[in-house]
This record gives sequence, C-alpha cells and structure tokens, in this order.
Amino acid sequence: MSRRLKFVTGGAVIALALAYLIYAGVTQSAVYFVTPAELRAAPVAGKSYRLGGMVVPGSLAWEPQTLNLRFTLSDGQATIPVRHRGTPPDLFGEGRGAVVEGRWQQEGHFQATLILAKHSEEYKAPHDTSQPGYKELIKTLKGSQP
Amino acid sequence: MTPEIGAGAVMVALLLALYGSVAAAAGASTGRTSLLLSAQHAALGVFLLVTAALGLLVYAFLTFDFSVRYVATNTNLGTPFYYRITAVWGALEGSIVLWAWMLALYTLIVVVRHRQNARELYPWVLAVMLGVLAFFLLVMAGPAPVFQRMIPVPNDGRGLNPLLEDTGMITHPVCLYLGFTGFTVPFAFAVAALATGRVGDTWIALTRRWTLVAWYFLSLGLLIGGWWSYHVLGWGGYWAWDPVENAAFMPWLTGTAFLHSVMIQERRRMLKLWNISLVVLTFSLTLFGTFLTRSGVIASVHAFTQGSIGAFFLGFLALVVLTSLALIAWRWDALRAQGELDSVVSRESAFLLNNVFLVASAFTVFFGTVFPLLAEAVRGEKVSVGAPFFNLVNLPLFLALIFLMGVGPLIAWRRASLENLRRNFLAPVVIGIAAAALFRVAGTASALTLLTFGLTVFTATTLGVDFTRATRARLRMGERLGAAMGGLLIRHNRRYGGFVVHIGILVIALGVMGSHAWSVQTETTLKRGETTELAGYKVRFDGLAARQESNHFKVVGTFTVSNHRPNLAVLHPSKKFYPQEQAPIAGVDYRLGLTEDVYLVLGDFARDGSHATIKLQINRLVSWIWVGGVIITLGTVLAILPERRRAG
Repeated sequence: MSRRLKFVTGGAVIALALAYLIYAGVTQSAVYFVTPAELRAAPVAGKSYRLGGMVVPGSLAWEPQTLNLRFTLSDGQATIPVRHRGTPPDLFGEGRGAVVEGRWQQEGHFQATLILAKHSEEYKAPHDTSQPGYKELIKTLKGSQP
Repeated sequence: MTPEIGAGAVMVALLLALYGSVAAAAGASTGRTSLLLSAQHAALGVFLLVTAALGLLVYAFLTFDFSVRYVATNTNLGTPFYYRITAVWGALEGSIVLWAWMLALYTLIVVVRHRQNARELYPWVLAVMLGVLAFFLLVMAGPAPVFQRMIPVPNDGRGLNPLLEDTGMITHPVCLYLGFTGFTVPFAFAVAALATGRVGDTWIALTRRWTLVAWYFLSLGLLIGGWWSYHVLGWGGYWAWDPVENAAFMPWLTGTAFLHSVMIQERRRMLKLWNISLVVLTFSLTLFGTFLTRSGVIASVHAFTQGSIGAFFLGFLALVVLTSLALIAWRWDALRAQGELDSVVSRESAFLLNNVFLVASAFTVFFGTVFPLLAEAVRGEKVSVGAPFFNLVNLPLFLALIFLMGVGPLIAWRRASLENLRRNFLAPVVIGIAAAALFRVAGTASALTLLTFGLTVFTATTLGVDFTRATRARLRMGERLGAAMGGLLIRHNRRYGGFVVHIGILVIALGVMGSHAWSVQTETTLKRGETTELAGYKVRFDGLAARQESNHFKVVGTFTVSNHRPNLAVLHPSKKFYPQEQAPIAGVDYRLGLTEDVYLVLGDFARDGSHATIKLQINRLVSWIWVGGVIITLGTVLAILPERRRAG
C-alpha cells in the first residue's frame, strides 16, 4: 500500500468514526421540546422530552419528608400532571413558567428528572440551557415578562 | 459630565484606531517610516484613551455615579466596595470595555517588543491589531454604549446580579478575556505573514510565546470558571457543557492544536497551510464565542441580554474569515508544504493525529452547541442535545489524546523503528496495564474508569521514563542529581515545561474521572438535631439563623459534619434574599479535601427552623482539577522562559 493511500484510508476511517460518534450521540441524547398540548396529542412512553408550561395555581404539592413533588403544567390548551422527587428550585412556583425534563409514563403522568425554572436575570442557572423556542413559549404562556 | 466625557473618549479612540490601522497598512505597502511612526503614536493614544475610559467607569462605580445608566443598572448603594469593581465588567457593555482595554494593552506590548525584531511583518501586525481594536471600539460607540446618561438620575441603583458577588468574578473574566484577546496577536502575525508572503517560520517563532500566553490565560479562565460554577452555583458540578462554556472551550481546543502543530513546521517545514488555518480558526472562534455570549442566540448561564449586537459580531466574523480565505488563496503556492510525512509511525503523525482529534473535538462541540439552531432551521423541531451528547462524543477523543500525549514526545521523528518503540514504550505499557489490573482487583468495576486510569498511568510513565533517562545521561557526565535535574529543566525548558503541563492535564483528567465515577449525593429533609449519613459521613442539622447583610437578607443553617473523627467540620450553607431578585440565591458551603469534598446546599427550610431540606454531596477528586491548574501554571512559566539550549 502506498504511503498516500495509507493516509487517505486513515483519514477516511477517522472521519467515518467521528460521523458515527456524532450520529450516535444525537440519537441517544436528543431531547424534544413539547408543550402540554403537543404531548397530549401524541405521548410516547419512555421517550425523553422537555416539557414547558405554566404551573397551574393550586396544583402544587410538596412533602418535605418524602421529597415528593407534584404539580400540573398547562399551556392553556391541555394539562399534564408532573411528578418529581426532590426540592423545588428557588424560582419554581405556582403561576410561573417551568420546563421539566423527563419521560412520559404509561400510568398517565410525566416523571421529571430535572426541573428548570424560568429565570429572567442576565445570568441563569446552569441547567437552564434550554433551546431557543423556550423563551417564546414562556412569553406566550406567561403573557407578561417579569 | 462623566457619561459625555467617557463617550467622547471612546469616539476619539475609535477614530484614532481606524487612522492607525490604515496608516500602518499604508506604511507597510509604501515603506514610508513616517506613516508607521504615526500609526505607533495612534496605538499609544488609543491605549491611553481606552485606559481613561475604563478608569472613568471604575471611578463612576466607586462613587455611585448613577447618572451613568450602566452604573445604575449594575450596582446599588449596598454593593460592597470590592464587587463594585467587578461590576465594571459584570454586564455586556462593561465587558466590551475591558476587552478593548486588554486588546489595546496587547497592541502596545506588540509595538514595544516587535518594532525592532520583526521589521517586515510588524507594520501589518500593527494594522491588524488596530483594525480589530477599532471594531471593538465601534461596538462600544454603537450597539453597546457603556457611557449612556440616565435621566432622571435615580437615588439608588438596581444592584449587581448576586451570582457575580464572588471573588472568582474578578479573575475569571479577566483571564478569559486575556486569553481571547491574546489570540489576536498570533492571528495578526499570520495575516502579516500572508500579506508579505513570508509564510515560513518567522511568524511562528515570533508568536510562540504569545500563543502560549493566550493559551495559558484561556486555560486558567476555563478552570476558574469551573471553580466559580462549583462553589457558587450550588449544583455540585464544575462543567455543564453550557453553550458559552463551549464557546470558550472551542478556541482552547484549536489553540492547543496550534501550539503543537507549529512544532512540526519548525522542525520539518510541514503544515504551513494548516498552521495559518488553525490560527485563523482559533481567532474566529473567539469572535464566535463573543457572538454567542452577547447575541442572545442561544440561552445559557452567561447569556447577556441584549440582542442587537449580534449582527455586528457576525458581520465582523464574516469579514475576518473571508479576508483570511482570500489571503490564503492568494498565497496558495507559497503555502504548499516542503517536507513530507515519511511514515505513519513517527512523531509527525502522532502530532498530526493530536491535531485531528483536537479539531474533531472542537467540531463536535460546535455541532452540539448550534444543534438546536440547525434542527429548528432544517426540520422545524425544537430539539437540543445536552451534556450526555458532549460526554459521549468527546470521551473517545480525549482518551485518544491522553494516549498520544504519552506517545508524541518520545516517538522518533520521521520513522520509528521497532527498537525505538520497544525502548520507549514497553515499560510504560506494562506499567499502565498493571496499574489498571491493580485497580480492578481493588474493586473498580467500570471498564471506562480502568481504561482512563491505565492510559493516564501509561502517559505519566512515558514522561517519567524520558526524564529519568535524560537525568541518568547527565549523571554519567559527572553531575550531581540536583544539578542534573535542574539543568535539564532549565536548558530544555521548552520540552520539560511542556511535560509539566501534560502532567497537569493528566491530574485534571484523573479529577474528572474520579468526580464522574465516584461522587455520591443524597437529598433529604432533617428535623433539628437529626442526622443523615452518606459514604461514611454523618451530617447533623443544628439549627437556622437569620441576619441582615449590607445588601441582602440571609438565612443560614448550621450543620455538623463527622466521619471517623467527630465534629470534623461545621458547615453553614445559606439562602440569600436580594430585594432586586425574584428568588433567593443558594449559598453553598463545603469542606474541600484532597480526595473528597463534603458539599452541602440548603434547599428548603421551615420558617421556625424546625426542619431543613438539604442536598449533600460527597464529591471525589474534584480538588485534583484545581491542583492540575496549578501544575499547568508552573509548566507554562517554565516553557515560556527564554530558551537556553544554545548557551549550554
């Protein structure tokens, strides 16, 4: 095998491996952003979602002893019951926008592994790395920006 | 008057920078010294004016001059003295001022250092530096005006973002910007090399230290950013693959590639085109990072609010890239390599692979960062990829890089013989495998951890083997041990400085591995007097107290931590309530250790202090990351010292 051919082959192998890595990375970790209405329309159990909506006033229940957190997210068209285990983040509250990350459960609720509360400061909490659509959604949901 | 004086200074500086840039370029093309001298004076003038603007801004902050809008929005009467200084660059407009000031400073140093030793390249370098500076001054004069009058003048300001009230905030942006702006110098030299057609080694030799300085500050800025994230944000991590972290990491990756690839050009006259392209890419990525941070295109921790500035940066970025490409095309023939790769098993190809992996990593980071934009544009879907993507994709690349770090410095140039390979690598391979096996026996089950550990040991051993061999050679010449080792470090400071930096990187790699593999956490609610246990630590909740601070109200918990030693530490995690904030800010408390940190966050509490919800983490080997930073500092200092090889 000539030297040139060796390098071309090596380069091609590296490029292919990289392309595969990226492909695998995207398919494994892509998280789809949905509104409650979109999730209601076509819920897929076990798939990763990021669900954004407003915490319905009166729906929030938290037990410090068990750390069980329950609330309902709404976009004005549909509502989704959400469950989570952990302390609600500081910015989280009824009537406020929130984005939760997790999976839809066959039993009919959304099990959140992560709660991202809406922050309007210049600097945001580290996990608040939401996609661009998030801002507009919260804007339409909340009506008024704080 | 402050706003008007400041705005005036910026305007004059802008005109002067534009003039200087044009004069330097004209001086370069016509060879007229008077033009060049006048450009130098312009550079000095710009530096003085930008310094005055920065000084004025600091003064406005210190005296609570709320007639300046920027001061009124980023401080209030309660902001402590120290944080009024960091507030200067705490938001968009001020950060650009700091940026421009550093660039003006670098330009001045270039004038002082290179007006004699780089006569042919220097005029173009000055033209480029002043041109870039003019762009930042344009941003200051246009879309991000820092000196805007506030009417009416308020009695008190809005206040600084509480997350920025931290000592890390003085060093983190300063280092990061010194790194970002520092890459302007090698970029300017590369453009000068293209403009003059002198694309040989001169520009590389002249910019080696500049690149090292920029690289070092960027590294330090990233590490301090990690430290800030760890001890302020309270989520227990140091790196979140946040878009803006990524924006700073990409030029670091390509800058690291450049640091390595220039050695191939120096030694073998290869990779001329590649080196020019890398430095253009690195500089472009620093601009892209600034664009990402300041345009609001992608939401992130560090996102500044304004959006109108994005178009400016994108336009300038396009100008930089297109001009560079045009220059490269113009000098295409001169950029063709003279040397050729002789063998796949050689130092050249180890360095080449290092470059390929570093640039590939930068590409994947870029891809993941802009993926949400791509997905939305192409398929109309709102999809994002988070930390799992970056970890998964970069892990094999980083492991390969650790391996190459061991191979590169020792393998022979041109063509490595079997004998060379055996002599250099047999022992390290055996030791690396043995170390991993020992770890396996000790109970570590994860293949990934074993692989990382084995590779790290392999690479550390190769560095050790090389250094020992060189020391022995000197001992045989009759030197004493101390003199032999010291002599090696000083006479071959560039090589061994690099080795020390590599050891720092290995220590960081182990820290990252340990914190991922062995950290544990729990979240629980404790009644007063109650104890929770995690990984051999007992944490007892002793009570809550509340107190008023100068600019916020604070609720502080008291927790006693014990392990086999009772009362090991008393931790005070808190929640701080700022009047200008909608939600409280968590104050983390921790006990750092060389192998384990106890990390405690106060999540929620009952107002009567009867119970508190906490998040407790035992983070392992995180301190190694900071220690690695110190080692990198030592190595960089060693590598940057003047070379003494010839004298010896």
